[in-house]
Amino acid sequence: MAIYASGVIFEGVDTSDAGCWHLDAYLKRGGYQALKKILENKIPQDEVIAEVKGSGLRGRGGAGFPTGLKWSFMPRSFPGEKYVVCNTDEGEPGTFKDRDILRYNPHSLIEGMIIAGYAMGSRCGYNYIHGEIFEMYERFEEALEEARQAGLLGQNICGSGFNFELYAHHGYGAYICGEETALLESLEGKKGQPRFKPPFPASFGLYGKPTTINNTESFASVPFIIRDGGTRFLEQGKPNNGGTKLFSVSGHVNRPGNYEIPLGTPFSTLLEMCGGMRDGKKLKAVIPGGSSAPVLPGDIMMDVTMDYDSIAKAGSMLGSGAVIVMNEDICMVKALERLAYFYHEESCGQCTPCREGTGWLYRVIHRIEHGLGRPEDLDLLTSVGNNMAGRTICALADAAVFPVRSFTKHFRNEFEYHIEHKKCLVNHKWC
Amino acid sequence: MALEIEIDGKKLTVPDGSTIMDAAHQVGTYIPHFCYHKKLSIAANCRMCLVEVEKAPKPLPACATPVTDGMKVFTHSDLAVKAQKGVMEFLLINHPLDCPICDQGGECQLQDLAVGYGGGDSRYQEEKRSVPEKNMGPLVSAEEMARCIHCTRCVRFTEEIGGFQEIGMAHRGEFSEILPFLGKTVDSEISGNVIDLCPVGALTSKPFRYSARTWELSRRKSVSPHDGLGSNMVLQVKHNRVYRALPLENESINECWLADRDRFSYEALNSDLRLTKPMVKQDGRWIETDWAAALDYVSHGLKDIIARDGADRVAFLASPHSTTEELFALKKLARALGVKNTDYRTRRADFRADALQNGALWLGGDVVELAAAKSVLVIGSTLRKEQPLIAARLRQSVKKGTQLNLLALADDDLRTDTHAKLVVAPAALVNALAQVVAAAAELKQESCQLSLDAVSISDEARRIAASLSEAETGAIVLGNLAQHHPAFSELLLLAQELSRLTGARFGLFGEAANSVGAEVFFRPDQGGLNAAQMLAQPQAAYVLLNTEPDFDAHNPQLAKATLGQAKMVAALTAFRSPELLACADVLLPIAPFTETAGSFINMEGRLQSFNGVVKPLGETRPAWKVLRVLGNLAQANGFDFSSVEEIRAEFAKQLNADRVTGLDNTLKTDAAAVSTAVAAEGLQRLGEVPIYQADALCRRATSLQQTADARAPILGLHPDTLREQQLQAGQTVTVRQGEAEVSLTVGEDATLPSGVARVPTAHPLTASLGAMFGRIDIVRGK
Repeated sequence: MAIYASGVIFEGVDTSDAGCWHLDAYLKRGGYQALKKILENKIPQDEVIAEVKGSGLRGRGGAGFPTGLKWSFMPRSFPGEKYVVCNTDEGEPGTFKDRDILRYNPHSLIEGMIIAGYAMGSRCGYNYIHGEIFEMYERFEEALEEARQAGLLGQNICGSGFNFELYAHHGYGAYICGEETALLESLEGKKGQPRFKPPFPASFGLYGKPTTINNTESFASVPFIIRDGGTRFLEQGKPNNGGTKLFSVSGHVNRPGNYEIPLGTPFSTLLEMCGGMRDGKKLKAVIPGGSSAPVLPGDIMMDVTMDYDSIAKAGSMLGSGAVIVMNEDICMVKALERLAYFYHEESCGQCTPCREGTGWLYRVIHRIEHGLGRPEDLDLLTSVGNNMAGRTICALADAAVFPVRSFTKHFRNEFEYHIEHKKCLVNHKWC
Repeated sequence: MALEIEIDGKKLTVPDGSTIMDAAHQVGTYIPHFCYHKKLSIAANCRMCLVEVEKAPKPLPACATPVTDGMKVFTHSDLAVKAQKGVMEFLLINHPLDCPICDQGGECQLQDLAVGYGGGDSRYQEEKRSVPEKNMGPLVSAEEMARCIHCTRCVRFTEEIGGFQEIGMAHRGEFSEILPFLGKTVDSEISGNVIDLCPVGALTSKPFRYSARTWELSRRKSVSPHDGLGSNMVLQVKHNRVYRALPLENESINECWLADRDRFSYEALNSDLRLTKPMVKQDGRWIETDWAAALDYVSHGLKDIIARDGADRVAFLASPHSTTEELFALKKLARALGVKNTDYRTRRADFRADALQNGALWLGGDVVELAAAKSVLVIGSTLRKEQPLIAARLRQSVKKGTQLNLLALADDDLRTDTHAKLVVAPAALVNALAQVVAAAAELKQESCQLSLDAVSISDEARRIAASLSEAETGAIVLGNLAQHHPAFSELLLLAQELSRLTGARFGLFGEAANSVGAEVFFRPDQGGLNAAQMLAQPQAAYVLLNTEPDFDAHNPQLAKATLGQAKMVAALTAFRSPELLACADVLLPIAPFTETAGSFINMEGRLQSFNGVVKPLGETRPAWKVLRVLGNLAQANGFDFSSVEEIRAEFAKQLNADRVTGLDNTLKTDAAAVSTAVAAEGLQRLGEVPIYQADALCRRATSLQQTADARAPILGLHPDTLREQQLQAGQTVTVRQGEAEVSLTVGEDATLPSGVARVPTAHPLTASLGAMFGRIDIVRGK
């Protein structure tokens, strides 16, 4: 898999060098300068947070919430423990960017989390790593040990008197544990189920203490922002969409992989970087932000730029930046069946609409795909979806419904054909 | 701060922190719900209570959404009803359509709400889910788990109220299943409440299943006849038979819960072991007779014996599970006959405090006050087994910050945090309490008013003393084991002194439903013998009311031998017990609490009256009527009462509204000396009464007898003691107390202090042994 290494997180990272993840290589790239700058100059916490706010960094996990604003919600004066938690529970189908951060540049995350701890008055952090990327968990543990040995992590960091402990924790692969409050439950050793909010983690988080949870990529962007300034980060992208973003491109392109490009880059440029469509096939559809994001037809995608606002305007979400590219050989019913199966399998089961609805959606789509569809099924899918979305504790139900709505909207003719003729409109081939 | 809110156009103010559900309750608006329960944490997972809130883009769950000032809520708007109906459809798609054969039918929350929010037919054409049955033990049936709607009330109950998660939700999504832990059953002493909590027919009552429909049953109020809490109940009756017991909500007593024995002991009422006809022993053989003959036998027997041996050789013993009116009438009969020997304290060993008491012993306050105390010291109690619902209440108090301190004889798991505890052998209990008293005296820099030997004060004793002294409100309570203890008087004196020093109130847990009633009305008259004396020194005649000497005596071995020497033993009893058949001469079938009107006075001194819910079985008669006839036969005055109300009117001056007067825990302490020496030789017995052996009903309730708590007693020993005795767990040994020997299985019990042999009493297996405390020997099997 290719990786296009430039921009913020992967600037200067030679992924062909097996040692690129080590501390010495990171230091050579200017690593830990941001941390040292803060600690040596005793930069006030407010200034650090202001810098992050000024960078326009928006949460890279999917929701796109401004990171600096989130940091400012943390009650810094709260007596007792406060936690900084990194969400590396990267389980969204199509997304594989965070694992490459851990694989090639883990210290950027460590440094980012220490800075976050400093800014929010926390002395303890956890990185919750998806259970299915165990080798990344092991690598991250090694990187942590390097940082500890070098005095960059732990007690009295760089002689500054500032303490910050960071621990790695691996989950067991449940998608729901990527939802931040389910992640906290799992981290506490309980069953991973989202909590009802309010209270929000900033006031009642891990073990009931104020907690800030950010995505891996968000944290890993922080050292650059502090070292080179929020403005430089912002300038990489466009207003309200600052910085670069990692896009995990998969599907029918010649060079699938992770691409770090400035936000606002046209999709067509990204597609070119990926070597264009494989075998010269026609672009049919793209899911631009991970499996939960609504699918967009290829011709719409060719007109969007890759940033939060442009994709939202086109009717989808930038999400986690997982770009799933589909060519003309894909049967959209079959593709949706696969997605619906995923949500059916991954619903945690506590809220009624999601527990019961995900299975219902899957079974109806499965029927259609297998030639047992009924004329009323498309209306049924819409109605069931409407009863699910926005009716549950977390957004998993919405995530399950978005693909159903968008697939049946943009590719309705394929579903109708399936129901009427009991077979695919296209001669389906996954690849 | 008060918040203004408008619900469906009705304006009201609610306190800060209220949810929309709280506010709706206040204004009398019903919002449909399943997972929400006022006593449990908020899960917000069923989504049935979705309502529309102005300015919120999505419907919000009323149970979990905090009220904000100026909020406008619409519970029946199109958006709200659409959301509620949507949820109902999801709940029903995988729910079996088996209402006609479902035990919950007619009292099912899902069925009721489906009428309002469900569709006439289903859009779900796929296969329904099937879920395998689970084994939750002899009380709770989990046979039809496909009916479960995953509200997790049962899960939250066991964890939050029961104190220990015994039920969980495993797996994910549609495959989620409610189940007990692998290989385990639900063994909590309050487990039956999950049946009430389950909004569908997934968890049902095993003993009740398929026996009646809810609409066939009439509901009659009653009061639990077991522990001294006096839980309020509804007994459900059909064809003159009690089919079920359910809680009747009373926030100040049982909240909305029942202990399992309150709920399931009704099975004994319909037991084959009921005595239904008067019986007389002639030439060693029992024959059934009629009431006239039996009463004549008793009346003449008593008259002859009083004439020949004197009234001071006659003993009246009553169970504190009897009603107040029965006890009052029996006392009246005793006085009419000149009998001073009346007592109910058959399990007590130490009566020296009788001379010091200023009044009747009780809890010393209300249960609600006990639960609100900031520091509580419980002395000598197997709390969870003696007082299941008070244990659950204290568990909630601890969560709110109450410090629970213990002076215990075994380190039983109370499923709650404790602040400080001293776990000691029975012989060291007085010493342990004396340590706390001495620590409190030191802390307060006051001298102790008791003359105490020097004690070396342990750190835990200091922590307990500090906890009680520093708390704004404190309570000291002596449990059953303390009351049965051979040094109960010392414990009482020390508790009073600790109360004086720390400002905490002190009192007793009521062992039985009417312990306080019996304390007020049935103690011996001046010059009369107490229960221990009556059971140790053979009397010429005994009248037993609801008393089973082999299970109710402190020293059953001695009690049986003593009764065996009597000229006449007349037993008023609801059951044919083997021991009564052996020692009695006449058995009079009397009504249990469901077949007579009466009252119990709970440990707070609160008199709660109840009516009979069914007719007396066979020729059974209410005891008060039997006593009236005996009074008439004795030609005594004042035995013309025709109802329990008339009896109650006779002691009305001892009642203040629903509270009995004359309650006073204080003791005269002139020159009271307390020896704190710990002297014990050999193995010491810890003989507690098992939870389901406590009274005649529990002992015969078949389902309760199949629970984990009803397992046959074993000989529990600390691992060190096991080693010293060269024994191994699982081995069978013979233990001896006095002249009797019994075979018991040895079990390792690390909760015990070393040198203690835990051998429960009041069980057929151990009923031939001696006193609850004191020396016990292992004679063979080493």
